[in-house]
Amino acid sequence: MKYLCLIYDNEQEWQKFPADVQQKYMGEYGAFTDSIKQSGQFVGANQLQPTNTATTVRARNGKLSTTDGPYAETKEQLGGYYLIEAKDLNDAIQVASRIPSARSGSIEVRPVVEARAM
Amino acid sequence: MASNEAAHVRDRVDAIYRSDSRRVLATLIRILGDFDLAEEALHDAFASAVEQWADEGIPANPRAWLISTGRFKAIDRLRKSARLESTDASALDRIAAAESASGDDDTVEDDRLRLIFTCCHPALSPDAQVALTLREVCGLTTEEVARAFLTPASTLAQRIVRAKGKIRDAGIPYEIPSRADLPARLDTVLHVIYLVFNEGYLASSGSSLTRADLSTEAIRLARLLVELMPEPEAVGLLALMLLHESRRASRTTVDGEMILLEDQDRSRWDAPQISEGVALVEQALASRRFGPYTLQAAIAAVHAEATSPGATDWAQIVGLYDVLLRVDPSPIIELNRAVAVAMRDGPEAGLALIDAILVRGDLADYHLAHSARGDLLRRVHRAEEAIVAYERALGLSVQDAERSFIRRRIGELRATSPR
Repeated sequence: MKYLCLIYDNEQEWQKFPADVQQKYMGEYGAFTDSIKQSGQFVGANQLQPTNTATTVRARNGKLSTTDGPYAETKEQLGGYYLIEAKDLNDAIQVASRIPSARSGSIEVRPVVEARAM
Repeated sequence: MASNEAAHVRDRVDAIYRSDSRRVLATLIRILGDFDLAEEALHDAFASAVEQWADEGIPANPRAWLISTGRFKAIDRLRKSARLESTDASALDRIAAAESASGDDDTVEDDRLRLIFTCCHPALSPDAQVALTLREVCGLTTEEVARAFLTPASTLAQRIVRAKGKIRDAGIPYEIPSRADLPARLDTVLHVIYLVFNEGYLASSGSSLTRADLSTEAIRLARLLVELMPEPEAVGLLALMLLHESRRASRTTVDGEMILLEDQDRSRWDAPQISEGVALVEQALASRRFGPYTLQAAIAAVHAEATSPGATDWAQIVGLYDVLLRVDPSPIIELNRAVAVAMRDGPEAGLALIDAILVRGDLADYHLAHSARGDLLRRVHRAEEAIVAYERALGLSVQDAERSFIRRRIGELRATSPR
């Protein structure tokens, strides 16, 4: 099964970290990504620009509206994701628990709807 | 003759349903990979048993017969149902390929553990864990679970449907946790069992102080778990529940009013439950891998072994609370320790500790903190302050038996108070 691991963390805290701490974090992310590439569980991943770059778009009755910022203001913001291949939820939880931000923020693990084999 | 025979078969089927239906279900869920399909298959299999066993006699291994019949019935259902179009054929292939002779004892016992751990998976909400465990592992009907938890049956049914949906869609596996995950996963299972027990023993709201059925069910579950997986904390939890349960008959008056531990008629405590509980505590302690449940059971055992309140070894109880606080720090345990200290060193010592906890604000809204404080104030003849504390407790308690107990205490204090 495929699972999307959404990484939520406090981006303000993150931006306040000194450069060497950020470096160390990125190093850990690199090592984690390599480890799931090696185990064949890596499908895709991206880090996102901070929420001040976000735009929320709605189309209602043919009318487009765009607003500044994310859909909801929360303490932790979506900062990136991994798309992984895992045997089952236990396997996915195990992988998610090793994402460096699991220690400071939280990881939402969501199964992906698989296209039905007809 | 023939109708006699049919009645006999029906009785046997009923007996096998009671003793083995949960085992058959647990195995069918593994083979079929779907809770609802397994439940339908279980009922189909028992319905067939009533018909076929009357003609052909009862098979040598009824459980294996039921599992293999259930599996075939499920395959029939899948083939017939229109769902087949959208169901991936692999489900049918997998079921067809599954060992039909999977009725051997080890596999069946493993399946029961798989069912327990799946129903208590931490990815499910605690409410859902409890509902699913009582429904699937204990075999209670949705209506029974709803009644026990004073919840509308429709709410409970929804909760169960949603939990099964999550198990299926999120890919919660039907398996016994790995060694590495076991301690945390076992904790969740023990928590669910204790929640069920306490709902039956303490009845967090409503007019009946004890809902005995839930406590009995929790003890049965813990026995099953200990039998399948004799981990020290599982043994400790079983001991704890047995020791509490041993006092059930003496903890309320005939009118359902609460009687405190110190006022209970100890001759009415259940001696066999106590001796079983004490033996289990010793077994768990001897493992040296015990945790909070075993320590609480050890405290309950000290109470159970005291022939009178005065003969209670309070020093040992305080010592056990000290260890418990280190293993599992919580303000409620601090409160219980404070009460034990009051018994060992006098009410003033206990009061100072309770006041310190309340000043921190941790238990400001916890009714038992205020009633414990009221009791200690009463003992040192500070009646007016005791009344204030009891009134605070009364305002926070939602349980009828407890409320009437507190009202009585306030009445006694008013009668003796000089004002």
